[in-house]
Amino acid sequence: MLRIENISTYYGNIQALKDVSIEVAEGEIVALIGANGAGKTTTLMSVSGIVPPRAGRILLDGDPIDELSPEKIVKMGVIQVPEGRRIFPDMTVLENLEMGAFLRTNKHLIQQDMNYVMTIFPILEKRQRQLGGTLSGGEQQMLAISRALMARPRVLLLDEPSLGLAPLIIKQIFDMIRQINKENNTTIFLVEQNANQALKLADRGYVMENGRITLVDAADKLLSNDEVRKAYLGI
Amino acid sequence: MDYFLELFFSGLTRGSIYALIALGYTMVYGIIQLINFAHGEIYMIGAFVALIVSGVCTIYGLSGFAILILAAAIAAVYAAAYGFTLERVAYRPLRGSPRLSALISAIGMSIFLQNYVLLAQTPDFLPFPRLIPDLAFIEPVAHIIGTPELVILITTLITMVVLTFLIKKTRVGKAMRATQQDLSMARLVGINVDNVISLTFIIGSVMAAIGGVLVASYIGQVSFYIGFLAGIKAFTAAVLGGIGSIPGAVLGGLIIGWSESFAAGYISSDYEDVITFVLLVVILIFRPAGILGKVHKQKV
Repeated sequence: MLRIENISTYYGNIQALKDVSIEVAEGEIVALIGANGAGKTTTLMSVSGIVPPRAGRILLDGDPIDELSPEKIVKMGVIQVPEGRRIFPDMTVLENLEMGAFLRTNKHLIQQDMNYVMTIFPILEKRQRQLGGTLSGGEQQMLAISRALMARPRVLLLDEPSLGLAPLIIKQIFDMIRQINKENNTTIFLVEQNANQALKLADRGYVMENGRITLVDAADKLLSNDEVRKAYLGI
Repeated sequence: MDYFLELFFSGLTRGSIYALIALGYTMVYGIIQLINFAHGEIYMIGAFVALIVSGVCTIYGLSGFAILILAAAIAAVYAAAYGFTLERVAYRPLRGSPRLSALISAIGMSIFLQNYVLLAQTPDFLPFPRLIPDLAFIEPVAHIIGTPELVILITTLITMVVLTFLIKKTRVGKAMRATQQDLSMARLVGINVDNVISLTFIIGSVMAAIGGVLVASYIGQVSFYIGFLAGIKAFTAAVLGGIGSIPGAVLGGLIIGWSESFAAGYISSDYEDVITFVLLVVILIFRPAGILGKVHKQKV
């Protein structure tokens, strides 16, 4: 469904991604793991069109999207939940959710999705009139995922959903990601430093080092791979 | 007591005009963190366009409020076009560069527009017709508040209500707020931030033009230089209230209007500017982000 072909991305003169290729099939959960500064976030920003790649192609269902503007990419159903959640702090929870559906016009379907995210994250219903900036980290992450769901994503890009959250909350969030994937057949491409959690959730995984993909395998195989265990699982 | 009320209303009138212009500064700053120093010039151009329109209208035999409304409408359209173009040619190409470059570009545009009007029109003050006729019902209180003041107050009030509605309730308003709060996240939900920025310049320019028409008709003259002082005062109002904050711009404008008016009335008109800037200094010492400005705390 989403195919990243040999992309190289630069920040000015600094090359952040070198010849990166990743494929995510429909309905699949794929994890990209790696250390700080490996280029994981840049990969997502390239897909979303915020930092377009200088070389290579990004295809969605076979159509190139690497030269499209971010809003066109959103329109095609590739939705990102960026690192740090990025909730609009001075907007209410409800308004944040509305912003997720910014490009959609069918009020009825938007309302339906609003009800859906509030059933999977009931805390959002309780907090709906509260400003986004006043939520706790875990609540903000739930809101960030919900905001993305409001766009009816075909491919959901998640950047470090576990960052800065308590273990119990992380478990809850990851369970929800699995549920979203199962219920809606939403394709998920997940970037994580928390390799253990990510690989337990994912079907397949990619390992990134210094802007290159160094390993690709089924997630359970990566979990038992000696190198991965030593470098990323701390075992 | 009457004297106090007279000063109160004249301060309110001035203040609401400052607020109208300050909104343009604060909205642009809120989104692209740029002090648009050419904003005062848009106000001046609005006044000049209104002067030309009212001249033409008089030839065709229109009068009073009809001219005022027509002049304001056409001035608003012109100002919108200027504001839009200004952002396109002077700021957008510098979007990714250091803030100082854009600031210098803004000052450059301010100087350019002033001199352009100076050459195209005249270096002298031009008389501006009194477009606001005296209304009979205001006669009994005319020593406290005159028709021009009343018209200015009502107009600015309507403009601000419309603006508030636009920002709070409409789709574009929400897009503007989202862009202001987090520009790159706004792009990730599918907002075309270039369009939002253009729109912000257009709205700010329209309000500046309305302010320009009202003031010119109130004071009775225009020159290429009026944008500079009005711009500085409005900018001060925006900073005083907390730059980036919309209620802050209104509050800052009113505070400056009143302090000028009372300083001129009770002390001496020589001191009106002094009071304004002393107030600015004092508030910035105790609240560096302005009265309603937010001190940005990063939540990790």
